[in-house]
Amino acid sequence: MAKVERVSDAAFLVVFDEAPTEEAGRRVRRLHASLRDAAPAALVDLHPAYATVLVRFDPLRIDAARLAGELARRAERTASNSEEPIRVVEIPVRYGGDSGPDLDEVARLTGLSSDEVVATHAGAAYEVRFLGFSPGFPYLAGLPERLWTRRLSAPRRRVAAGSVAIAGAQAGIYPIATPGGWNVIGRTDAVLFDAARPRPATLAPGDRVRFVPVR
Amino acid sequence: MITVVAPGFLTTVQDAGRPGFADLGVSASGAADPIALAVGNRLVGNDPAAAALEMTLVGGTFRFAAGGWIALCGAPAAAKLDGLEIPGWSVQRVRAGGELACGAMTQGARAYLCVRGGLDVPPVLGSGSTHLASGLGGLAGRALAAGDRLELDDRIVAEPASRPVDPSRIPGYRPGDPFRVTEGLQSSWFMREAQAALVATTWRTTDACDRMGLRLEGPALRLQAPRELTTEGVTLGAIQVPADGRPIILFVEHQTTGGYPKIGCVISADHARLGQLRPRTALRFARVEADEAVRLLREQAQAIDAIVR
Repeated sequence: MAKVERVSDAAFLVVFDEAPTEEAGRRVRRLHASLRDAAPAALVDLHPAYATVLVRFDPLRIDAARLAGELARRAERTASNSEEPIRVVEIPVRYGGDSGPDLDEVARLTGLSSDEVVATHAGAAYEVRFLGFSPGFPYLAGLPERLWTRRLSAPRRRVAAGSVAIAGAQAGIYPIATPGGWNVIGRTDAVLFDAARPRPATLAPGDRVRFVPVR
Repeated sequence: MITVVAPGFLTTVQDAGRPGFADLGVSASGAADPIALAVGNRLVGNDPAAAALEMTLVGGTFRFAAGGWIALCGAPAAAKLDGLEIPGWSVQRVRAGGELACGAMTQGARAYLCVRGGLDVPPVLGSGSTHLASGLGGLAGRALAAGDRLELDDRIVAEPASRPVDPSRIPGYRPGDPFRVTEGLQSSWFMREAQAALVATTWRTTDACDRMGLRLEGPALRLQAPRELTTEGVTLGAIQVPADGRPIILFVEHQTTGGYPKIGCVISADHARLGQLRPRTALRFARVEADEAVRLLREQAQAIDAIVR
């Protein structure tokens, strides 16, 4: 049962679960699609995440209690069993060296060789849970437990665009150069975000991602 | 056309922002003080959402190729037009070849230069606002530099206003008043002392205050017990508390999601004043209910509508 929580005078958080379960992820995707494709009046912005959707609205244009009711009804309708089409996206990655400055440190922390880290990371199938942090940044589920490592003790001021990174149970790709605290193990030339494209973000929630090592 | 003679400390093109792309990881950005932007645009007869220049702490110097009308709103910026001091919150006539020189702001942090017609920059995801952290919008996604040139748009909807505006008549816009906050979803995770300290403390802004967020100095706000929050969507004005206990108010270029617990959220009617907080400035918080916050926002919006004639 989803909960609709007021988090500010102009935002609700629809909570499906406290943990990032797969079922919560599916419901987040369905609610996000429902609100995006048939937006209630006064909707301003949608922030889907692992198990929640934050809904920003204009409180001068809609009664908050009415919107909360509408969100609760929409959230209930996410319990469908229909299969979603699955899209698989391959991301070519140069691992290690200047492209992946933390590869050796991840190897040290995990007790694996650098080659084993690469094989493990590239051997797994990932699912895009949501885009957040910075434009087009995919939060990926599916990182093998052997690669779970702590993040950098002090974030880098600048992580290069295309950096392929891991932290804790999470994996991701930095689409643009930003500060960041995840362990960077490789880099891709794939463009993950371009505001000039009709679909600015390359990846969407629900997509499957495979990393392909290249030289 | 406007030529940037000197950019000032940090000057960007801003409009009412680009909401609607948080699901791509893009926060709305837009003017840090949307009241100053909206009033300035109304003064020169623009659409209130037209693009203008947002100057930070120290204003810039600009030359106007053609004659026109301008308004400077927000923090007083010691502005001189062709060498003569001009007041803020009023319409000023600029001659062809005229030069506006702004200086250091001593009260408030941001001044807005609104030009009749608005600034013409290529829209990115529907908005001209600069998102510095993402390098999107405005002039190539960056702050202005000397020698930059800006063309004017034609977002004119009315004649220039005949009278100046008194910003002290806008409810919720008085410097020094407490920032009103609603409860956060994780407020109860914090120790009782921390919840009390939020509103009992005179906080100070640190030097780490920018368009992404404002980091505050004061007592550490501690959780009752260590607890992990699954990353969730975050919104403008949310007061998040990292493990060190030092609160950060999320601002216009905030990240769209975050994993730190939130102890409260600054109400919408007080967001514009966040944009006027200087580094190392005292501030306090006061609690309100969300419904009261909406009433305060409506009162403020009606006052802004009524104030520019």
